[in-house]
This record gives sequence, C-alpha cells and structure tokens, in this order.
Amino acid sequence: MSDPICRDLSDILRRHHQDPTRLIQILHDVMAVEGWISKTTITELSRALGLPRGQVEGVVGFYSFFLPEPSGQFRVLFSDNITDEHQGSRALLRTLAEALEVEPGQVRADGRVKIGLTSCTGLCDQGPALLVKGRAIGRLTPERLSVIAGLIESNTPIEQWPPDLFHVESHFWRRDLLLSTPCDPGAAMRALEARGSAATMAELGRSDLRGRGGAGFNTAAKWTACAAAPGPERYIVCNADEGEPGTFKDRELLAHYAHQVIEGMTIAARLVSAQRGFLYLRAEYQFLIAPLLAAFAERRSQGLLGPNILGISGFDFDIELHLGAGAYVCGEESALLESLEGKRGIPRNRPPYPVTHGYLNKPTVLNNVETFLAAAQIALHGAEWFCAVGTPKSRGTKILSVAGDVERPGTYEFPFGTTIRAILDEAGAKGVQAVQVSGPAGMLLSASELDRKLAFEDVPSAGSVMAFDQSRDLLGVTQNFVRFFAHESCGFCTPCRVGTTLNRQRMDRIVSGHGTRHDVEDLESVARLMRASSHCGLGHFAANPVVDLLRKFRPKVDRRLASLEVLPSFDLDAALGPARELTGRDDAGAHLSEEGP
Amino acid sequence: MSDPKNTFSLDGHEVPVTAGQTILQAAEASGSWIPTLCHHPEFEPHGSCRVCTVKLNGRTVSACTTPVRAGDVVELDTEELKGLRQNLVQFLFTEGNHFCPSCEQSGDCRLQAVGYALGVTGGHYNPLFPSRRVDASHPDVLLELNRCILCELCVRASAQVDKKDIFALSGRGIDKQLVVNAESGRLADTNLALSDKALSVCPVGAILKKRQGFLVPIGKRTYDERSIRERDLDRAKEDPQ
Amino acid sequence: MSGKKLRVATTSLAGCFGCHMSLLDIDERLIDLLELVEFDASPLTDKKHPGPCDLALIEGGLCNAENVHVLRELRKQCKILVAVGACAITGGLPAQRNNLDVRDCLRSVYLSGPGLAGGGLIPNDPELPLPLAQVHPLHDVVKVDYFLPGCPPSADAIWQFLTDLLAGRTPALGHGLIHYD
Ligand SMILES: Cc1cc2nc3c(=O)[nH]c(=O)nc-3n(C[C@H](O)[C@H](O)[C@H](O)COP(=O)(O)O)c2cc1C
Ligand code: SF4
Ligand code: SF4
Ligand code: SF4
Repeated sequence: MSDPICRDLSDILRRHHQDPTRLIQILHDVMAVEGWISKTTITELSRALGLPRGQVEGVVGFYSFFLPEPSGQFRVLFSDNITDEHQGSRALLRTLAEALEVEPGQVRADGRVKIGLTSCTGLCDQGPALLVKGRAIGRLTPERLSVIAGLIESNTPIEQWPPDLFHVESHFWRRDLLLSTPCDPGAAMRALEARGSAATMAELGRSDLRGRGGAGFNTAAKWTACAAAPGPERYIVCNADEGEPGTFKDRELLAHYAHQVIEGMTIAARLVSAQRGFLYLRAEYQFLIAPLLAAFAERRSQGLLGPNILGISGFDFDIELHLGAGAYVCGEESALLESLEGKRGIPRNRPPYPVTHGYLNKPTVLNNVETFLAAAQIALHGAEWFCAVGTPKSRGTKILSVAGDVERPGTYEFPFGTTIRAILDEAGAKGVQAVQVSGPAGMLLSASELDRKLAFEDVPSAGSVMAFDQSRDLLGVTQNFVRFFAHESCGFCTPCRVGTTLNRQRMDRIVSGHGTRHDVEDLESVARLMRASSHCGLGHFAANPVVDLLRKFRPKVDRRLASLEVLPSFDLDAALGPARELTGRDDAGAHLSEEGP
Repeated sequence: MSDPKNTFSLDGHEVPVTAGQTILQAAEASGSWIPTLCHHPEFEPHGSCRVCTVKLNGRTVSACTTPVRAGDVVELDTEELKGLRQNLVQFLFTEGNHFCPSCEQSGDCRLQAVGYALGVTGGHYNPLFPSRRVDASHPDVLLELNRCILCELCVRASAQVDKKDIFALSGRGIDKQLVVNAESGRLADTNLALSDKALSVCPVGAILKKRQGFLVPIGKRTYDERSIRERDLDRAKEDPQ
Repeated sequence: MSGKKLRVATTSLAGCFGCHMSLLDIDERLIDLLELVEFDASPLTDKKHPGPCDLALIEGGLCNAENVHVLRELRKQCKILVAVGACAITGGLPAQRNNLDVRDCLRSVYLSGPGLAGGGLIPNDPELPLPLAQVHPLHDVVKVDYFLPGCPPSADAIWQFLTDLLAGRTPALGHGLIHYD
C-alpha cells in the first residue's frame, strides 16, 4: 500500500476549526478513520494548520497512541501494570497471540491484527485489561479472549462487539466525608454566591485543602495567585490524565461524581475570573467521553455552565474535553499544558509557573479531579466540616485506588491519618509482603512499616495502593516499574532519558540471573544522578522503585546476583550465533561461556 | 568586601549579582566556569543537558535556567557535583556513537572539550550502540545523527533566527531523535542554506558543512590551544549578558 | 617501590598497534621505565601467555572470540587492567560495523566483495576465531580499572599515567593529556 492521505481529513479539520492547538484531537480522529497516520497526511495537516511539518511529525512520534505506520486493523494492547502481570496478563497475551496466529509486536501478514503492551490502563480493580482500537476491556479470562479472537478473526466492526465486553465496573468499598455527603448540581455554586467570592476563597484557605494529584500544593494559594495575575484571560484545567500505574480513583470520580468535579471547576472559574476550562482526559478512559459530554450538556441546560451561569450576567464559563494520547508525562502540569496546546508533552522550565504563565502563557489554575471535587464540597459545607477529619497537616480525606493482592480491589475514601494496615485490612489483604503506595513514583513499604499513616507528612499518596503478598517476586515488581519509566521518559533531559534505559537494562540483567554487584552499584549511582539532576518529577521519582528495593529488600537482590565480579554485559555466546550460522561451525572454539574458563 | 545585599555565595566566595541574572550568567561574569552543552548565549536557556547542575541553597538546579538572588548560597565544584557532571557526560557518550578519531568535529567539539575539562577518561556505562541515520543528501551539509546529543540548538536556531523550522524532534525517551522538515526526511528536500544559523550552533559533529573536515591541523583547533573553560570565560567577558 | 619491579603485560586486541607505538615513543624515558618495570607477555617480548602480573595495558576492542579469551586471561593474571586507547574504550574504528549485520559483512568480504571471482567460501577452519555480532569495548566484558584515552594516547600521557601508577598515585591526566583523538 502506498501512502494515502486520510480520507476524511477535510471534514476532520473543519470539525476542529483548523485550530492548531487541537492537533492532538485531530490526530485522534485520523487514527479513528485510518488506524495510522501517513506521511502524506502529516504533510497535509501541517499545511492546513500552518504548522511546520517537522512539528506535526514530532507530535505523532511523541504519543504512544499515534502510529506512523499501519499497525493492523485491530490493535490490541495489553495493560502492563504489575497488577495485570500478577493476574496473568502475559500468559493471556500469549493465548490470544496463539489463537490469532500472530507474533506479539508484529502485524499479522493479512494486516488484521497486532498485539502489544501498553502502560497501565487504569482498570486494576478489574484486571487484567487490554485496549482494542483504543477501547478498554477488563476482567480478561481465556473465555473472554476467545470471544475477542473470534470477533477479530471475523472482522466484526468494533461498534458491533457485544457491549458487555466493554462494561467497566464500579467498586466503591468505602465512602467517607466527600463521597457520602450529597452535593446537588449547583448547590455549591449557590453557596458561593451567598457567601461571596472573597469569603469563599478565605473558607478554602481555612480548609487547608492541598492538591490531591501528588505535589500537595495548597489549593487556595494557587487560586489566589492565579486571580492576582495580570491579564484578562484565565483558564481552569482539570488534570484527569491519571497515568500513575495502579491509580483509577479519578476514573471512578468522573464516572459517578462528574457533577461535583465540574462544579469545583466552575467555582474555581468564578473565584479567579476564568472563562474557559479544559478537562484533560487520558485516552485510555474513552468510555468516559460520552457521559462527560452529557454532563456538560445537562449543566448548560440547567444554567450551570455556559454564559450567564446561575443567571448572573458576566459569569461565563465553559469546559472542553481534551484527550491525551498515551503519554504518562502529560500528567505533569506543564507538560499537560503543552499537550493541551497541541504539542509534544515536554515539561516546561519553571519559573514562571502555570498560575501566571499557563495555557497559551495565560494565568491558569490546574488541579487534580479530586481536588476540584473537594473544593466544591468545601464551598458548600465549609472549612470546619472538612477539617473535622484528617491530621493537622493533612486535612480531610483521601480517595484511594486499592489493588493487587486484596480481596476487594476498588475505590476507598479514608481520612488522612489512617494507617496503611487499616486500609489493607479493609480491602482484605492477606499475607502482605510489601505495599507500593502512590504508584511506581511513590514508595515501597515493607510489611514492618504498615503502621505508618496515610498523610502528606508520613506516607503521601496520589491515590494508588498496591499490595503484594508473600508469593510475589519483588524484583519482578521493580523491573516492571523501571520498564514503565523507561517507556514513559519524555527524553528531554539527559539523566532521565539515558538513566531510565540504563536502569531497565540493569534490572533485566539481575532478574534474568545475569546480574552482578557492579550492576547494583550502577543502579545506585544512576538513581542518585536522576534524582539530583532531572528536569521534572518523572525523572526525580523514576529511580524510587530501585532505591526502595535496595534499601528495604537488599538480600533479595544479592541472592539473585550471578556473580560479584563483572560479567559480560551482553550474551557472549549468542553474539557468536550469526557467525556460527554462516560458517556452520559448532566446535568448542565456536562458543563462549558467560564466566569464562 | 562588596555590599552583602548584592552578592551571593559561590563555593564560599561572595560574587556580585544583578537582578534577573541566572546562576550561569552571574558565575561567568565573576570568572567562574560552569560547563554547558545545550546552552548558547544567543538563545533562551534550555536546561536539557543538565551538565550545568549546581546546588542552590541545598537544592540541585540547572544553572542556565535558574535565577539567582542576593544572599543565595550556590555550590558549584563540590566532589559530588563534579562526579554528577562526569556521569552525565558519560551518559551522552553511552547513548550515541562517538568515535572521535574519525570525527570531523574533533578538536572543535564541546562535548569532547567538556569531557576533557571534567577529567572524563572513559565511558564506564556499557554503550548502547544505537542505530541512527546519516543524511548525506544535501550538497553542502552532512547530518550525522550518531553524534547528536539532542540539545535542540539547531531546532531553536532554525525556528527563531532562520525562520525555516528545518529541524524538529520526534520520538520520546531513549528513542527521541532529530527529524528533518520534509516528507522524505532528507535535508536535500529542505531550503537549508549554508548561511543558516542552524549550521553553526551544533555543539558536536552532528551537523557538518561538507568539504571543511580536517582542514585545521591538530594543535590549531578550537580547544587544542585553549581549554573550553578559558574559551567560555573569554566569550563571557567580550559579551557580558 | 620496594625494589621489586612491576610486572607488566601488554596486548593488542582489535587494534592497530598504534598505542604500542606510542608506548615506544616515550623515547629515552623507556630506559627509566625499564628500571622500574619488567615486561611479561607482550608484543615487545615473545611470551605468549601471561603469568601473574601487576599491570595489563590493553589496546584494541573486542571483535572476535579470541579477543575475549585473551582479555579474560589477562584479567585473571593481572591486578590492574588498563584500557588503552579509543578502541579499547569505545570499540573504536572496528565498532563502526556495529549497525551492520555481521553476516552481511562476512558475505560481502568472502562471497560478493570486489576482487572475488565469485564462488568464494566463508572459511570455517576451527583455528580461525569467529567474529562477534558487534564490536565491544573492554568494559563490556571484564572489569576495567583505568581508562587511558587517545588515538593513540600521547607518549606524554602514557608516561604520566605510568609514573603516577608506579608512585602509587591514582592516575590523573592533567589538561592537554586527556584526548579522545
Ligand atoms: C510525571 C508526573 C505525572 C503526573 N501525573 C499526574 C496525574 O496523572 N494527575 C494529576 O492530577 N497530577 C499528576 N501529576 C502532578 C501534577 O504535576 C500537578 O502537581 C497536579 O495535577 C496539580 O494538581 P493538584 O494541586 O490538585 O494536585 C504528575 C506529576 C508528574 C511529575
Ligand atoms: S525528567 Fe524525564 S520526563 Fe522529565 S523532562 Fe527529563 S526526560 Fe522528560
Ligand atoms: S561529536 Fe565530539 S564527542 Fe562525538 S565523536 Fe565527534 S568529536 Fe567526538
Ligand atoms: S544536531 Fe547538533 S544542534 Fe541539533 S540537536 Fe543534535 S547536537 Fe544539538
């Protein structure tokens, strides 16, 4: 096949008003029509959007879900979180590949299908999971996979697949302050109007609400700074990228508490005088698009979104949905803003910060889904209500995604200050060996640390809690995490671009039984380097799994080492393979051993 | 002693600072060298190579992008930071294919010269031996991506000075790569001209003017006679920012 | 030194002997050096296999199975192993073949290369070492204690390096002595 231009390109461009900031949304539409993005399409797009061709090519090359070459009519991507792996995803992948007679990573000769891996898809409470043509399917079993294989083999259009395949379950196991207190659409906004903007901002300040997306920055301080920044235009951005493996609480909040999240965004807009908002949704959560758009529409019809909100003249605010495209780094706030502008998701240099120079360099408030939800509840019920639970430095509650070796994986709301043990008990964890809190970027706790508390000042969490029982190989866990970071590094800065790959190689070597003490030393020095000199949080945290493993489970690593001496960094004997093949030799001199004579 | 209100501490010495200066600018103005690779005084600081990493009040930051204020404490040449910079240079050698003896840029190359200045003798890490493109299609220019350190200077120069956008970046992580603004991907199919700024900013031997290689004898090349430290500081003196 | 001479082995793997030439280039200082060291296995002596040594100076990278055997033998026998020159440190010129398939290299040399009348054979004599898929620097296979860069390292750099080592100092090449070319 030569290189055709996307069939519907002019329609797609028209739908997006030829707006270059919508490049990523446009590319999604091209993918939906063609399944890949051809060179000629890139050229045509750059012409129509007035962008340099290289820039468009660079955007296509940055995001995992944009494909510069044909990759099968059905592209199947197995979620590669450690919980998927523990639930048997690798074996299931092989099962499907055998059923469809295709090599993983390769397009089948007839162009029908390609099978591969993707970073955690956020269905860890109902894994193992996969994406087919971008649509999520959870609770994989051999039976469900044979249905999927049949549908692919019969070339059934995905729209005609049985809907129950795509059903995403909900598992709220514990609701506390935020999730059990009602907040009817508009109620918090009316409370704001009744109390007044300044008093509401003060209330938010007294609540000491800290960001729920990871960094824990004071929300009122952020909003106040944005309100004070000069200029007429301001933006509100909701970070629903939720890329941290093991995290899915924002998925549940957007599915079941969307109005409260939108209400929080609208309150922010009122307090900082913003007119436009964006909800940046990870592409893995495609199934949330329709319900979210419906919620926007419903609120517009109720006068809660759009022009003259609540009938107040000049209170104009509306929200657009933007999809990510498979790049974890776009959860980092400044990379997210780049992505919203239609660019590669490279974190910006700071200062200046988004509150003064955000979307299109205009003052911008950017918060996590849960932060907006909490802000709405605080506007409605007040700071005192919120501060009734939690610790002095971590007020209120935290919504968690609990997964791994627990009987009841799902979503839990706990007051800050709860012990990790209590959380695990409630979820039904047995024989805990270790817990990964806040995802690979967070910390690994050993069984002796379970009485530590969930709190910014002790064990902070952006949402994820993954339990590993005694049967799990913690080296395999670390290897999975290290591989994740190597795949997701944006490549901007030297320490993370190279360090994540070096760490992946070392962990692969150790786990496969070829590691040496020298590899361990390198892991340590690379970790120090990445922490000290990376440009953004991804690089700062990417070595955490390695550092925690070596600090808390060193004997497990040492026992796995093949030697204390340096061993070859590559398979020596295999390196003679090509020459053996051509010469037909197989004598002793045609082989090399790992350790030498 | 200078007025304590207008100085910061650089490795224990009080150094003057003017408002808006970055750590790099203030250090250079005072005659202290900080190694850089992705930095070019005519362009906005970039902060990607990280070899200018210093400690500002105990926190590691890139000196090229970070403003310094009176009263700050900056650490530059501690053993820890020197080791870190050496490792970063080794990372760059490890991820590309650098064979200096046959490189046209040898002697004029910033990566090499910074390696010398930092006392880097060997790779330490196992080389990745990537398979990268060489583009010889253009009559006057050779693109040798095996040596590209992804500093984006050519991208920035072509966009901001030449207004041509001939270079861009694609891929991510270790697969990040320089691409050429043409459907064919070939330099010959762009409007690149010999006078373009983009041709004169590459810190290494990745963008080369053809028929210029090895013209200058060993001993007379940029960093043969004067070290990169001396050269950078001379430049800073001539052109205080 | 305690009067006992330092035993030194040297070898050239996939290298061009340029580094050895540079060692000889230290000229009259060679006489001083011979007061302090004695050579074990080396192209400068006729000894084939090294005995226990203090120091190994190795030029050239790893191109084939024999290079690996020789390197490992030296690593076993020597307390301090030095990668000398660009090829030992990076793989060097021979490593320029690394993004080619070694099978294609062999085919084009023995089967289809210019000057071959066609119908050539790829030799399969067990006496000939098989080439590795890629050319590697020494530290990809054994622990390297020091790197002495250059193509070749200058006589002054070698001298500085050896005198440091003989005096028990960690070798430090000052400005002008570190070169990658
Ligand atoms: C690599 C990386 C990924 C991140 N991913 C997310 C994410 O998926 N969701 C999120 O809310 N914050 C994420 N963050 C944190 C954001 O940068 C930012 O701090 C947060 O969205 C601010 O909102 P908050 O104050 O409400 O927490 C990430 C940070 C980094 C460094
Ligand atoms: S730390 Fe990693 S993700 Fe962050 S800017 Fe650097 S390369 Fe990109
Ligand atoms: S670009 Fe610089 S470091 Fe790389 S081979 Fe050329 S001279 Fe050496
Ligand atoms: S070609 Fe040169 S200037 Fe351009 S990114 Fe690579 S190293 Fe930098």
